[in-house]
Amino acid sequence: MAKLTFKTDNCKGCALCVDACPKGILRIATDKINKKGHHPVECTDMDQCIGCASCYMMCPDCIIKVER
Amino acid sequence: MAVYEKPHALIDVPLHYCPGCTHGIVHRLVAEVIDELGIEGKTIGIAPVGCSVMAYNYFNCDMIEAAHGRAPAVATGVKRADPENHIVFTYQGDGDLASIGMAETVHAAARNENITVIFINNAIYGMTGGQMAPTSLVGQVTQTSPYGRDPKACGYPIKVCEMLSELVGPEYLERVTVNNVKNIRNAKKAIKKAFQNQIDGKGFSLVEVVSSCPTNWGMTPKQALDWIESDMLPYYPLGVYKDRSAEEKEAE
Repeated sequence: MAKLTFKTDNCKGCALCVDACPKGILRIATDKINKKGHHPVECTDMDQCIGCASCYMMCPDCIIKVER
Repeated sequence: MAVYEKPHALIDVPLHYCPGCTHGIVHRLVAEVIDELGIEGKTIGIAPVGCSVMAYNYFNCDMIEAAHGRAPAVATGVKRADPENHIVFTYQGDGDLASIGMAETVHAAARNENITVIFINNAIYGMTGGQMAPTSLVGQVTQTSPYGRDPKACGYPIKVCEMLSELVGPEYLERVTVNNVKNIRNAKKAIKKAFQNQIDGKGFSLVEVVSSCPTNWGMTPKQALDWIESDMLPYYPLGVYKDRSAEEKEAE
């Protein structure tokens, strides 16, 4: 069972992780704004996460922690 | 339980880079390699002038800020002062390494100085607002080439790895990119080898990372990564351009 943790306040909403996710379960939360003024990323369905860490590899700001 | 998280060699502060800038990915790769090789305590980094000028705020090791382009010269001094106990790397952009710092780079490579150079090639001057760099592609629109780079007036982009590979001196030259997960894994292998070469005392290792600059290219982060694939990689092919130890082994 994989688990993702986001350091949401450091997210710049670049969406590179959204494109990298093979399961398509990440999205940019356009209804939220973080401290930096960006729309942060969020996971829509954690149960589907396979822990491949593609999002971690692509994230330029290193805000994603992957456990499995 | 495999855990992927921010490496210890990267300080836990927000990076100042633009959204989607691949500097952050390369920072993480360097930090991961430092962690894996267990050299954090004896590593000294040399920061350049450019977007990554404040790299000293992010790496959890000693850092020195060099004058524009002079990072290989400063690294030479640091390495020669205590070659046994220090691992020295420079982190430079294309405006720094391929323009004003070209002489320092070529001579450090010719001397086979035992340092590691991480060279970020994003084909533009990022920090100063997107002017044409020596590595800007023919036809590329920048602030100082609004009609596209004209080779008649500005010449052709410099291929740093190919140029340095003609020298007898350097130990290891490789060009990698970070536009997808597979290429990021390969980039990490190259950076690790570059550091390992220095630990083994083999000499000058340069890893050129073809990177993106979404802000100054005027693209979204995703479009910028696609532009690397479609426009930059045909002119800057990936691969190992020199690996002297492997060549010598083959010759035996």
